[in-house]
Amino acid sequence: MSAAVGGAAVLSDAVKDAIRTEVGKYPQPRSALLIALHLVQDEIGYVPLEAQRQVAGLLGIRPIEVREVVSFYPMYHEHPVGRRNIQVCVNIACALAGARQVVRALEERLGVAAGEGTSDGAYSLEEVQCLGSCGTAVCVQVNNEPYIEGVRSDGIDDLLRKVC
Amino acid sequence: MAVERYLLPPEGSDRRLLAAYRQAGGYAAAARALREMTPEAVVEEVKASGLRGRGGAGFTTGQKWSFMPKPGGPKPSYLACNADESEPGTFKDRQIMERNPHLFLEGLIIAGYAIHARAAYVYIRGEYVTAFRILSKALGEACDAGLLGKGLFGTDREYDIHLMRGAGAYICGEETGMIESAEGRKGQPRKRPPFPAVYGLWGCPTTVNNVETVSHVPAIITRGAAWFKSIGTPTSTGNTLFGVSGHVNRPGVYELPLGTRLREIIETHAGGVRGGRALKAIIPGGVSMPVLSAEQVDVAMDHESLKQVGTLLGTGGIVVMDETTCMVRAALVISRFFRHETCGQCTQCREGTAWLYQLLHRIEAGEGSDVDLKTIESVGGYMEGQTICALSDAAAWAATGFLRRFRPEFEAHVHKRRCPLPESFEA
Ligand SMILES: Cc1cc2nc3c(=O)[nH]c(=O)nc-3n(C[C@H](O)[C@H](O)[C@H](O)COP(=O)(O)O)c2cc1C
Ligand code: SF4
Ligand code: FES
Repeated sequence: MSAAVGGAAVLSDAVKDAIRTEVGKYPQPRSALLIALHLVQDEIGYVPLEAQRQVAGLLGIRPIEVREVVSFYPMYHEHPVGRRNIQVCVNIACALAGARQVVRALEERLGVAAGEGTSDGAYSLEEVQCLGSCGTAVCVQVNNEPYIEGVRSDGIDDLLRKVC
Repeated sequence: MAVERYLLPPEGSDRRLLAAYRQAGGYAAAARALREMTPEAVVEEVKASGLRGRGGAGFTTGQKWSFMPKPGGPKPSYLACNADESEPGTFKDRQIMERNPHLFLEGLIIAGYAIHARAAYVYIRGEYVTAFRILSKALGEACDAGLLGKGLFGTDREYDIHLMRGAGAYICGEETGMIESAEGRKGQPRKRPPFPAVYGLWGCPTTVNNVETVSHVPAIITRGAAWFKSIGTPTSTGNTLFGVSGHVNRPGVYELPLGTRLREIIETHAGGVRGGRALKAIIPGGVSMPVLSAEQVDVAMDHESLKQVGTLLGTGGIVVMDETTCMVRAALVISRFFRHETCGQCTQCREGTAWLYQLLHRIEAGEGSDVDLKTIESVGGYMEGQTICALSDAAAWAATGFLRRFRPEFEAHVHKRRCPLPESFEA
């Protein structure tokens, strides 16, 4: 287990270089932490402990200082999520446009509850707060890709086709 | 009189490339400010324009800039631009960043010059990947064209703009939470004083401004403070971006003068309430601001007029709810948001947001009592004016606002032990 996780967790040279470039933009290296964690998550899909340790090393801070940031911010995942992590906004404008029905339809189609992932690791489903797309509710974001807007519960097939 | 837009490009016109933006007169204001005006003169012009912050608090921008120290001090000064846009109901800054990125960069250049900043750091919410990509490209173009960096605009100055990414926490839109986050920490707001103008990013003097706020500045420099003041009302000047969402036929972002009537925004611009239904409630400026009822739809959307009806302009994010909408559910959805987003430092806020959510949940489920209604008001009272930042106040205003404005509907939930509105949306 640890070997596999550790293997996947080793940061590539490309990510390390990208983090070093970011560090150069700030008077204090630590300021590059949030963007560094995004770079890690983009590559690995989540931010495992071993990767946190390596990021800490690159920024000259303690691993616990990285962990505290990973756990504070909703966008970072410390454990694997589905390869396609479907995030549905359930805040007010999206709720008024039927976000609850969208979540329910996705739960039925994927066979999971919001907050869970399918057993094959392909999909996970999350409820999120306002995405800043209230005029085109219901708003859905998959991983950290551009938004899918104007989603309705009767268009879930369409949504899943786009998502794959 | 037709509204003259200066924030959003005309329909069908693509201003995202530097050449197109310049073709439309872009970067002339920055050239003029940096080459022909002193930083102090820029501050005076913006002060005279009456421009107020568009991030939610409405503080006078020129005055905020004048708190910054003169150059030559021991520490560099910074501009920290708030592009965290996470107040539910608000989706306007994204329009500027995605559709007019160079206007935003030009605003950052002039604002940074006015406050003698060494650099600007733009904190963009992590989910805005499209805005980030478009801005990165625009920034690259501006650097290559000598509009940034060493000797920008042929002056002997140096000024850079850096883009940063957030990671999904609403509290990082609060200005000191944003600064903490930009330093690579949890976004927990700082106690003030000291204010950011004295002790901001990395302990250096810092001005925090919203994306839209700085985007007004190029027009003020080009057309002058008197022109800007001629738009809007005497104390709420200029255009603003109203985002309209919810139960309307044409939701979207509308650039209109401050002081435009709420009725005109909903009926004329947003096409009226969908399905011909009756209007019931309107959140005027993002969910942090107390809700209005349909009777108040003739209010003018400016700072003073909204204050008179017991609410605030906030971010100008207007959420429209029709007659089918359950007010307890609306309050519940919003309280769930604040419970999720409290940073947990202050007891009143951490415990209060959880209490409000539980109370509303109980009432919505038909299990509430008259005592629960009283408890909402008393918990709300404890949450106001006591905490490190205004999230606690906002959570209290939102919940008590719905209760006070729509009390009979809350009482009906308690006495009938169910929701009296069968067609309402689901929370
Ligand atoms: C909980 C909370 C969240 C906020 N979120 C934002 C935000 O997302 N964007 C923003 O510009 N201002 C936000 N603000 C307001 C900022 O603290 C600050 O007043 C503003 O960025 C200053 O810029 P301005 O003077 O140009 O408006 C928030 C305030 C609070 C209390
Ligand atoms: S008021 Fe709430 S969000 Fe603001 S600092 Fe206190 S606990 Fe954090
Ligand atoms: S409420 Fe869903 S995007 Fe704003």
